[in-house]
Formats: sequence, C-alpha cells, structure tokens
Amino acid sequence: MNMEPRTLETKAEAALAEAYETMRDSLPGGAGVAKLRTKAFDAFRAAGLPHRRVEEWKYSDLRARLKDVPAFAARRSEADAKAVLASAGEAYASVERYRLVIVDGHYHPELSDVAALAADGVTVRPFAEALAADGDALLDLPAVARDDAAVGLNAIFCADGLDLAIADNTKLTKPVEIVHVSGAEAASTGERVLIRAGEKSEAVILQTFVGGGEGTFSNTLTDIRAGKGAGLTVARLQAEASGTTHVATATLTLAEEAHAKLICAGIGSGFARHQSFVAFDGENARADLLGITMVRDRQHVDQTLVVDHAVPHCESREIFKTVVDDGAKGVFQGKIIVRPHAQKTDGQMMTQSLLLSENADMSLKPELEIFADDVQCAHGATSGQIDEDLLFYLRARGIPEKEARTLLVLAFLSEAVEEINDEIVIEAFEGRIKDWLSTEE
Amino acid sequence: MLEIKNLHARIADDGTEILRGVNLTVKPGEVHAIMGPNGSGKSTLSYILAGKTDYEVTDGDILYNGESLLELSPDERAAAGMFLAFQYPIEIPGVATMTFLKTALNAQRKARGEDELSTPEFMRRVKEKAAELQITMDMLKRPLNVGFSGGEKKRSEILQMALLEPSLCVLDETDSGLDIDALKVVSDGVNALRSPERSFLVITHYQRLLDHIVPDVVHVLSRGRIVKTGDKDLALELEKNGYADYVGAAA
Repeated sequence: MNMEPRTLETKAEAALAEAYETMRDSLPGGAGVAKLRTKAFDAFRAAGLPHRRVEEWKYSDLRARLKDVPAFAARRSEADAKAVLASAGEAYASVERYRLVIVDGHYHPELSDVAALAADGVTVRPFAEALAADGDALLDLPAVARDDAAVGLNAIFCADGLDLAIADNTKLTKPVEIVHVSGAEAASTGERVLIRAGEKSEAVILQTFVGGGEGTFSNTLTDIRAGKGAGLTVARLQAEASGTTHVATATLTLAEEAHAKLICAGIGSGFARHQSFVAFDGENARADLLGITMVRDRQHVDQTLVVDHAVPHCESREIFKTVVDDGAKGVFQGKIIVRPHAQKTDGQMMTQSLLLSENADMSLKPELEIFADDVQCAHGATSGQIDEDLLFYLRARGIPEKEARTLLVLAFLSEAVEEINDEIVIEAFEGRIKDWLSTEE
Repeated sequence: MLEIKNLHARIADDGTEILRGVNLTVKPGEVHAIMGPNGSGKSTLSYILAGKTDYEVTDGDILYNGESLLELSPDERAAAGMFLAFQYPIEIPGVATMTFLKTALNAQRKARGEDELSTPEFMRRVKEKAAELQITMDMLKRPLNVGFSGGEKKRSEILQMALLEPSLCVLDETDSGLDIDALKVVSDGVNALRSPERSFLVITHYQRLLDHIVPDVVHVLSRGRIVKTGDKDLALELEKNGYADYVGAAA
C-alpha cells in the first residue's frame, strides 16, 4: 500500500478545524445531519485540503492557494445586505425576473421575491429551515460527488442557503436569479442551494456570483434535481473580485426524460474551481453542459466535470471553451463514465482553448470510462492561438488589429454561446465577454 | 495612383527572395493585368501590397497616391483605399457575414473620419450589391465564407469590394475555381465598379478572365521581375505561345 505521509497541517486547515469546533453546536440540522457533518469533518482531518497529489485536484492545488481561511461571515442586517447587493452591480438589470438574494452565504428572504414566486408555483425555504424539517436526506448527493473534498467541506459548514422547489407542471415565464454576493471584507462562505424542478416543470435559473475581496473564500454547493420530464436551464455567471478564492460545486441529477442545461461562465476570482457532477437517474434524459472561461493576469480557473451515465438511453453534451491571456492558467478536466448496463448512451465532450499570450497556460484532461458496449462516446480537446491568416484577412478589410482580435475571440466562443439558446443568458454573457475583451491591454 | 519602384522582397521566415526589382505604375482608372507562370511572384506581390508580414521588403518602395505604403498596417492600407480580393478567401466560423461587413465598412469610415452607416442604410446597400452578384440573403446569414462554394467565395469577395468602394482593387486569381457562368457574374461585378478614379490590378494565369475584364496594360511577371509589358493583345499571344519565351528572358 502506498502510504503517503500527511504533510503538516497548514494554517488554513487549522483555521477550518477551529471554525468547525466553534460552530458545530450552532450548525442547523438534527442528529442525522450532525452525524453526517462529523463524518465529513473526520475525512477532512484525515486528508486535509485537496492538493496536487489528489488526482482530481492535480492542476488546482487548493492547499497551496489558501494561505489562510478567514472566519465564516455573520448575517448582515437588512440595510447592510442591501448596500452590499447594490455595490455589486446587476448582471441582469434589464431583465424581468424573480430575484433571490444570498449575501455572504446568508439567504435574505426580505430582499427576495418570495411571494411572487410562491404565487407562480415555486416554494422557497431558507436552507436551515429545510434542513430542520427534512433532515440529512436533504444533503444526499449523487454517488460521483460524494467523495470530493470540496463537497465534504460544504457538508461540514453549510448552514444557510435556500431550498427552491418548482411544483410539477409549473412553467415559469420569467427566469429566477439567485444572486450570491459577498462584501469586500475577507470572509468565508459555504452556502448550499437546492433546486428541485418538479415533473414536467420548465424554468430558467440564473446564478450569479459577484463581489468579495482580498482573501474571501467561498465554497458553495448547488444541488440541482430535475424531475421527470422537466426542462431546466441553470446558467452560472462567476465574476467575483480578483482577490477571491472561489470553489463552486454543482450537482445535477436527472430523472427520466428530463432535459437540463448547466452553463458556467467563469471570468472572476484569482483562483476558481467550478466543478459539476452529473448523474443520470432515469432513462431518455439529456444533459447539456456548457462552459466559457476567460482568464488573464495571474488568474487560475478550473472547470472540472464528471458525467455519470448510470442508466441506459441518455445523452450528454459538453462544450467548454477557455480563453487564456497573460500568465493566467486555465484547467479543464472532463470525465464521462458509462456504467456496464448503460447501453445506448450518447456522450460527446469537446473542449477547446485559445491562448492569447506566450505565457498562457492550459491543462486539458478529458477522460472516458466506458463499461458498456453499445454506446456512442467521443471527446475532442484542442489548444491553439489566434490564426494569423484570419487576422490578416480581417485587417485587410480595414478592421484594426484589436477589433479583429476581439472578433476572433468572440468567434472562438460562439459555438458555446449559441448552444445556450436563451436570449437573456446569451445577452448577459456576451456583455460580460465584450467587457472582458475591451479592457484587454 | 500606384507606383511600385524597384521592389525587392523575400519570405521573412527563410529569406527566400521572391521579388527582384518590380517596377510598375498604374494610373487612375486603368486596369493592369499581371500574368505569369506559377512561382513568378504574382501572389506575393498582391500580399505585399496588402501588407502581409510574412514578407519582408528589402529594397524599393510602393507609393500610393504619392505616399509610401510600406509603414502602414493592413487596416490602414484598406482605409486608404486598397482592396485585395483573395485567391483563397478564408472561412471564419463564428463571425457572421453581416457583422463582418458592417464592422469592416464602419472601421474604414471611422479611420477616414466619416460617420458610421446606420443599420437601415447599411442593409440597403448590402441588399442592392448582393442582388447584382446573385448572392442570396441566406448566404449572408451564414458565418463568413463558411460552407460557400468556390464561386460563392469569389462573389463574396466582389461584394466586399463593392461595399467598401476602394480606389485600388487587386484581384488575385479571382478567376480560379470559377465556372463560365460564375466568371461572367464576377466579371460583371468588377466591370460595374470601373470608373475614372478607380484602378485595378488583375492577377491571373489565363487570358480567359481578360476577355471579360479588358485590361489597358498587360505585364508578364517572371522570376520576380516584369519582363514584358504590352496591351491586351499580349495576353492573347501568351495564351497561344505560353510563357516559355519569357521564363528564359528573366534568367
């Protein structure tokens, strides 16, 4: 057996351990939940923060990144929370939508459109309330996600967040935005959001992660469960301040005939890990995962996904595009698992990166683990630079170099953007992409 | 309009000399044809005029309306009125044709200190020119040149030329890959643009194109030099006798 000696506990690990000791008696949930937290904490004590020798985290060494972990943020007053929200700016300002607000990891019903949602078939409960009512079953996650270090860390600390349930057959005509905003002071957050789309319901959920400051550490988990025949789009936009460390997990469980689209645009944070775990729980379901990552300066952004085809006749599509400039680093890890009886699985994964500078760095790790014999699975991974011939063609038509480069980066991303297939999301994302490109030096 | 003086150029990467002293003067309103065998430097000349950095000018100069072009970037040359119709128009997936046309047109207008075109005015112009070149709106909805046939790509080049209204049009083997009908459409498109202020440099292997776009002057380029200059009858002679006489002359 390969015994790896545990390195000395880091300052960040010690801070997390201490935080748990301080908070454990006040964390919500009954005995079952407490037991689950203790188990997760024991696992954390044994393994520490994930680091480069943990295969799933090899390109994103969270232990090395986190020099320290600030205390978990306390709930703000309504006025204070409002001020933080206002300072962050709105990604969907012009969009008619329902809004739910989470400030520093704490859900603020008083700032949220709870009544309007209830009137239209969506029940929203504070996560702590849901946990008290439903117990540890509420924390159940797909098998592929259970052993992950960040998922474990969220299980230890998740105290707040929300539980959003869309009633069966409800078709929302407006999107629901869940704003996750942090103040500029260094603090830790670890909320959990549960999204349950009932049978044959249809909804678009916009998750935005904004704000934060130097030293902010967030480790959120969004647990998405698409019911039978549901049509669900969850679009995540991460544009936090450059000093933050952002770890965000999304789990997606699909019942039969559900169609879910999980989109992630990662533009913010100095260090961000976006991980998605997809589990097919019923036949004839389809999941589309789209990723747009843009990094510059010394940013490090990781998009990691695991798709578990545990049942037959399901489809998964992944398109992930990464633009890397300056000395930034992009990471893509994508694993498709097809279980032995999951025949007729159709899984296609594509990832492409565009390197805009000599020092740009990109790590790509596509993996297929196929145990069934009647399946269609493919993956493609490319990494390249702006094509000088294309650039010359555009410039020969009078388009200045900077504008021509912008056009070509947009062209590179367009495949992923078009697949979003939702005007509201496309407009918001394109706005962010263009802002990013126009601030380029 | 255009004065090329003792132009020497080589491939920047490996130093291979391509142009060995080209001299050429094109006056406003004139159509000059450049013919010559493969490898004589025809396409290189067109790329150097447009400002491609794969080539390095080692001697001589290119004057455009009396000013040297050599220090100008490709987009500055375009804004000054230079247009190169590419031999192999490039496909750019993800860039919508209309977006491209509008961006190019407005970039040039901006560079010249003119106002941007309004969308309705832009659309009106595109529709009008596209119809003349038998380009459907369906084609314009596609990404730039993606899925276009060889002939469609060449018509798309002429459409760009018609919209951008350059004063010097360099056509690099615009006839290659065209069937007879398409050749007619493209030539008509070019002829419609002829005016006393606009000059053309038509690069071709074959005399066929020059039946449609009748040149004022015909040059033979061989081994990086112009070895013979004549009127349109020179093209006919070349068609009959080939380049053999001139390939030797340049050596």
